[in-house]
Amino acid sequence: MSRYRQIVKDGLWDNNMVSGQLLAMCPAMAVTATATNGLGMGLASTVVLVAANILVSSIRHLVPSAVRIPIFIVLIATLVTLVDMALNAWLHDLYKVLGLFIALIVVNCGILGRSESFASKSTVAESTVDGLAMGLGFTFALIAIGGVRELLGSGSLFAQAHLLLGPAFAFLEMKFFDGGALLMILPPGGFIVLGFLLAAKRVWESRRSARASVTQATSAA
Amino acid sequence: MSEPMTLERLRPTIPYQAAALAVTVMLASAALSFAERHTRGPIEQAIAEDTRRSLGEVLPQGSYDNDPGSDRLDARDGNVPVVVHIARKAGVPTAVVLETAAKGYSGEIGLVVGIDREGRVTGVRITRHTETPGLGDKVEVAKSEWVHDFAGRDLSNPAPAKWAVKKDGGVFDQFAGATITPRAVVGAVKRSLELYRREHEAWFARRDAP
Ligand SMILES: Cc1cc2nc3c(=O)[nH]c(=O)nc-3n(C[C@H](O)[C@H](O)[C@H](O)COP(=O)(O)O)c2cc1C
Repeated sequence: MSRYRQIVKDGLWDNNMVSGQLLAMCPAMAVTATATNGLGMGLASTVVLVAANILVSSIRHLVPSAVRIPIFIVLIATLVTLVDMALNAWLHDLYKVLGLFIALIVVNCGILGRSESFASKSTVAESTVDGLAMGLGFTFALIAIGGVRELLGSGSLFAQAHLLLGPAFAFLEMKFFDGGALLMILPPGGFIVLGFLLAAKRVWESRRSARASVTQATSAA
Repeated sequence: MSEPMTLERLRPTIPYQAAALAVTVMLASAALSFAERHTRGPIEQAIAEDTRRSLGEVLPQGSYDNDPGSDRLDARDGNVPVVVHIARKAGVPTAVVLETAAKGYSGEIGLVVGIDREGRVTGVRITRHTETPGLGDKVEVAKSEWVHDFAGRDLSNPAPAKWAVKKDGGVFDQFAGATITPRAVVGAVKRSLELYRREHEAWFARRDAP
């Protein structure tokens, strides 16, 4: 059971797709001008991550390691395209809000990264949990980046959440002030916010480990 | 247990690797063409539905009593196929809606442009696109007021040279960090107005005398 706990902890925090592995930067920077878009990108990626991890882990014994990368790329691109077509055809209203994100997932190396470094070496159950944890961790990171950029850049939070989540979620939409720093909306703003978030995570972790070693030292003494 | 053993020995061999790649690609192609065949119809239907809804949004209310969605003919603007919908009142054409497309930042942008008999834009709506959320997607009416800037304009307002985004010396706003998408839409609306000016008499004549 502790193996699954480790997987979840890895995905959400220690080895987080954005703040731990620094993967998937292209879609992350492109869409995180608002928290809502971060959420949309995160949720769509989670679905594809789980599906890709299940697919790859269930055929892992068949895949020769020399050609594993092209095989994974073909599988992931196919999967994303199938999801795109199916949503467009049968869940068209959902597609109109999520479709834009799905097109960007094809360029998400984070998904290939999980196939390669986890699903190709793990059971289907572990890979499912890993996909879910990684996806949710990715979603949290994107909401954090998007939230800071939106707040500083547009003075709002979760603008247009009702378009993504339905009218019931309009209460999430907050407006604090007009205008804001344009730089934050532009791509450099994404990198600046990411830098500060990474630094904050480092500081927090080093404080915690310092405290942990102090506790250890006192209890040993 | 014997099967994994065989697999273990087979996997590093070149023929196995080639076969694995070939089979993967074949299965992927089969899955994609199967899915494409089964989703094409519903997707076309959904897009037609969206377009039909947009037609009503770009035409002034009460300016027509026919069904412009089915009153249609095909035209061409260079190599872009354009569908022309004609709005009529008591049989007389009052406006047209052009269903056209532009090349955006990532893929095609579908749009409808309503034009009244004087060659003035009555409205523009984006019907489909795959632009980046937060950057290019502000052309959608649900996400920004931008597209309303076209209503009431014609080829003399602004002058043809000013039918461009501000960055290119025109009058239309671009978006922060995204110029390509609005540039594509402005260009498509301008081309629609030019097409209307060149061909509207032929369109109206074609249907006026059935
Ligand atoms: C991942 C990514 C997605 C982008 N998406 C769009 C888009 O949808 N629409 C757009 O106009 N520009 C988009 N851009 C920005 C364009 O590359 C370009 O920099 C921008 O349109 C400004 O063009 P300009 O230099 O001609 O002003 C995107 C950039 C990146 C890195």
